[in-house]
Amino acid sequence: MTPSDLERVYGALAEHIDAVGPAKSELFLSKLALLTAREIGDARRVLTLLDEARLNIDAAD
Amino acid sequence: MRPAGRGDTDSLYFTYPHFDAPADRDALSNPAPIAIVGAGPIGMTAALGLAREGVRSVMFGAKPTFNEGSRAICIARSSLYIFERIGAVAPFLEKALGWTTGRSFYRGSQILEFEMPDSAQEKYRPMYNLQQQYIEQFLWDAVKRNPLIETRWQSTVEAAEDTPGGVRLKVQDPHGSYTIDAAYVLAADGARSQIRKMRGLRLKGENYEGRYVIADVQMPHDYPTIRRALFDPDCRRGATILIHKQPDNIWRIDYQLADGEDEAHAMNEGTVRASVTAVLTEIGYDGEWELEWWSIYSANTLALDDYRDGRIFFIGDSAHIVPIFGVRGLNNGLADAHNIAWKLAWVMQGKAGEALLDSYTPERRGATLDVFANATKSARFMTPPTRGWQVMRDAALNLALSHPFAGHLANPRQMTPYTYADSPIVVEDDASFSGGAPAGAILPDALIGDAHLSDHLGDAFSLIVFDQALAKAIDLPDVAVIVLDTGSKAAKILSAGPSSAYLVRPDLHIAARWFEATPEAIKSGLTHAIAGVERHDPK
Ligand SMILES: Cc1cc2nc3c(=O)[nH]c(=O)nc-3n(C[C@H](O)[C@H](O)[C@H](O)COP(=O)(O)OP(=O)(O)OC[C@H]3O[C@@H](n4cnc5c(N)ncnc54)[C@H](O)[C@@H]3O)c2cc1C
Repeated sequence: MTPSDLERVYGALAEHIDAVGPAKSELFLSKLALLTAREIGDARRVLTLLDEARLNIDAAD
Repeated sequence: MRPAGRGDTDSLYFTYPHFDAPADRDALSNPAPIAIVGAGPIGMTAALGLAREGVRSVMFGAKPTFNEGSRAICIARSSLYIFERIGAVAPFLEKALGWTTGRSFYRGSQILEFEMPDSAQEKYRPMYNLQQQYIEQFLWDAVKRNPLIETRWQSTVEAAEDTPGGVRLKVQDPHGSYTIDAAYVLAADGARSQIRKMRGLRLKGENYEGRYVIADVQMPHDYPTIRRALFDPDCRRGATILIHKQPDNIWRIDYQLADGEDEAHAMNEGTVRASVTAVLTEIGYDGEWELEWWSIYSANTLALDDYRDGRIFFIGDSAHIVPIFGVRGLNNGLADAHNIAWKLAWVMQGKAGEALLDSYTPERRGATLDVFANATKSARFMTPPTRGWQVMRDAALNLALSHPFAGHLANPRQMTPYTYADSPIVVEDDASFSGGAPAGAILPDALIGDAHLSDHLGDAFSLIVFDQALAKAIDLPDVAVIVLDTGSKAAKILSAGPSSAYLVRPDLHIAARWFEATPEAIKSGLTHAIAGVERHDPK
């Protein structure tokens, strides 16, 4: 994935989160997580990604 | 509970029998080899299992009739084999509704249809629906005609004390009170077991949050015998609903109560009627219906640490309470009864070592813990315990509307019988097999001509081999030798080679298997399976 590809996905995510609204964004992202996990097709890889996503989560406070 | 004006056993379609207390006091036997406390489905199955082995028992039932209400309605395939072995299966096959399919719905749309494993190789369907009072009736019909079982109704066991050679029970019936001695006692006295309390034992485990009302209604509803699960339906936002068809046009509706919902209010006849009406509207039924019976339960996973206390063995609900997701309350108890019956009989008859009885707890408590693990998984989906589980459950359901793969997360994975791999009387599985069923598992069935493999099994142990010469070299008491073709379907299902052998116990679990068997290995395998007693050929 090129930097500009990633930028496109990044932007689309932002727009979708706005479009579904705050009440539905968690549902939307969880669905997306399940879909993406299935695309990746490797449970161990996905579980590692989960850990990576949690890194520094408190730095957002 | 039943609608106003109807008594506890006033059913729309079932006539509860009335049983008198024993009147002729002199005819009551004392002592008894085995006393069974509780004449519910598990007590009766144990009595029949013992009788099958030629062992007499006296069974006490506190009430003058069967359990009121239809309670457990799903009978698993493995339980049908138990009914077959104890000579009671015929009426079940005639009356019960077999099924293989389940459908799950999310907000009115179907998101999953699953099939439970079934094929022509199977003798019985994976699941049958039948009201518990029929289950008890059919077992009772077999108990009644069995001369080895003496049933005493309206007889409550009030004390159980150890004696040097057994247990002394104190029994109260309408004519008075007496004691009876038994070498062993089976406590089949249900979830509120008095024996358990008398012995100072406690169930341990967890209670889950979800509470369900179960209601049975009679209606001419046209839908096949398919288990329906409704997630987050319009009629009950946030709740899960299960719908099952039973014989006699009876439909079981289980609906989850909301967190703050008041239990007493939920159990009011008026509330139940309104709730049922809403469910029926949801599934598109607008015809007539009658309310038969309703009750409430919450999901628990509770079990005794040890199912044995000296000469008392706990079987069924007295030993464990399991959540009903996955339908194991009754089925798990039936397997307890089947497990202890042959072991107790063989020990009493000197055909097996005393230590055989010590295998009961690891095998059956192991099965219960396995049920707990599965039930916990189902409960997380049916009744998400935390926000995280709730978020992911909702995501899976929502995604399933467009992507069927996500619907499989809603598959309840109905009961698969437990493998007694860690049992002290099961020989460690032979790793040379590349498939088949491992030691400790239930023997899989297979078609052999017009009959099934299970039809060929002996009354006691069975040895399945694929080589005539090996068969001829085996001459062990209480072992029926069955020789199968190496090219047969059964050989394939068992992944057997030409010199393989499976040793099958009286309860149809595999005691041991060898990819390359020898007569010596088989002989020592049998010795292991009956806890160390060397059996000599009586000839
Ligand atoms: C309201 C209700 C709904 C249920 N719904 C479901 C369901 O939907 N699905 C499911 O799988 N399971 C369900 N169950 C559980 C299922 O009914 C039990 O697992 C099953 O009945 C267990 O059988 P048992 O023989 O161990 O105990 P029980 O059926 O409870 O039988 C115990 C027997 O012992 C007798 N007894 C008790 N104390 C004494 C004494 N001191 N002396 C003599 N006799 C005594 C009682 O009278 C009774 O006959 C339900 C249970 C209840 C109560």
